Amino acid sequence: MKEFSYQRPGQVREALALAADDGARFLGGGTNLVDLMKDGIETPTRLVDVRGLPLDGVRDAPDGGLVIGATTTNSDAAAHPEVRRRYPALSQAVLAGASGQLRNMATVGGNLLQRTRCGYFADRSQPCNKRSPGSGCSAIAGEHHNHAILGWSDHCVATHPSDMTVALIAFDAVVHYETLDGTHEIPLSEFYPPVGETPQRETMLPSGALITAVTLPGAAASPRSRYRKVRERASYAFANVSVAAALDVNEGVVQGARIALGGLASRPLRAHAAESALRGAPATADRFGVAADAELSAARPLRDNAYKVTLARNLIVAVLTELAHPAE
Amino acid sequence: MTDYTRSEIHLCVNGQSHRLNVDNRRTLLDALREDTGRTGPKKGCDRGQCGACTVLLDGRRVVSCLTLAVAADGSDVTTIEGLAPDGELHPLQQAFVQLDGFQCGYCTPGQLCSAVGMLAEHAAGWPSAVTTDVSAEGPAPELDAEEVRERLSGNLCRCGAYPSIVRAVLETASRAEVTG
Repeated sequence: MKEFSYQRPGQVREALALAADDGARFLGGGTNLVDLMKDGIETPTRLVDVRGLPLDGVRDAPDGGLVIGATTTNSDAAAHPEVRRRYPALSQAVLAGASGQLRNMATVGGNLLQRTRCGYFADRSQPCNKRSPGSGCSAIAGEHHNHAILGWSDHCVATHPSDMTVALIAFDAVVHYETLDGTHEIPLSEFYPPVGETPQRETMLPSGALITAVTLPGAAASPRSRYRKVRERASYAFANVSVAAALDVNEGVVQGARIALGGLASRPLRAHAAESALRGAPATADRFGVAADAELSAARPLRDNAYKVTLARNLIVAVLTELAHPAE
Repeated sequence: MTDYTRSEIHLCVNGQSHRLNVDNRRTLLDALREDTGRTGPKKGCDRGQCGACTVLLDGRRVVSCLTLAVAADGSDVTTIEGLAPDGELHPLQQAFVQLDGFQCGYCTPGQLCSAVGMLAEHAAGWPSAVTTDVSAEGPAPELDAEEVRERLSGNLCRCGAYPSIVRAVLETASRAEVTG
């Protein structure tokens, strides 16, 4: 690991000034950043610890939604009574990620910025366009059974590893951040750019910007919502496919649906095509399958991950069926 | 000239105060083992994947291998040594001994610290990934084998002592409920 200086400011403005230096990185729980520093993938010369900032905790928003401070730990977000009551799929998504120890360390802001778990990204002896732009993508012809089937490019086929962001995007979450110029916000659905030719550009955050909070709109509250994750172990593994969904059914007819997918692309995906296909449709497994197909028709599986198309379809149908018939 | 790559920190480890001058790169795990002589926390993977280095940081379980010592400045740390300060075993340790909750013992300090933290989380009403209804109000569902396995999934045991570890944790949890 390279040497670095360390500071723990008490105010956001102070943190932003410290982070204006090239080579500075914000440190939250460190569960991803410190790990990557040990491998020399991340080489900050200055760490600005954000856990001394007044950005901790969950509070009510005026519109009936919630404001989740950026330094709130994953554990505290998942255990918060109002997160569990109004946005249960978010609590479930956070609990489906990592381990009890890591959730106690990891922050909500940091979760948004975590890096891909593509093995080639973490292996400095291999080409990787995300780590070393222009060097090539080792995964396209290599080990890619858990890589993307949607939205990838010839430059990168890695997936985004977060569970939490899948639920957040289903609930129309907005990311709030601050720069030396002032405060800003961006919908999470626009936070991650398409991979295109620049896989090294992972978010729309300007350099030196600090995420201060994530807000959940009151209109998105969905006490009947669900997150399900399929992975290669029963616990403590990244997703092959995950689904966050909420379903509003009246007399057997779908009034509205929120569906988001994880493990399939470089970013969490909102399944707009599936949602449109469901509106006004009977809440039956057949129609859930049609909706899933509408979303997955765009899939371009790689040599070894076509299973994800079937898995995603089955998982979407299973989650929607569970939401439509909670007693079964 | 000031050396900006080192820091003066204060840790309270198992009730004992330590003032240390650490390289900012030092992990809490290395500081505990090398600088304070607490070798209970073990270095398994050093990557946050195995849980052998688990300690309680201000009462919450964390992996000390991904915690920078400098970032833990001002914190209370409890290691396995702190669970039995006067040589009298913690109830969880007694249950591990009685029910064979280990073979080689390398993961055991992490398993025990993690279980202590987990039982406190459960007592505080935190749900888990296998909790059927996370929106239910009131206490967390009673611990069973499935809940314990999920809540302790961050602690690996290469000997495969899991069935006995689960029994020991459940035994301790049930006794704690009886005695309050």
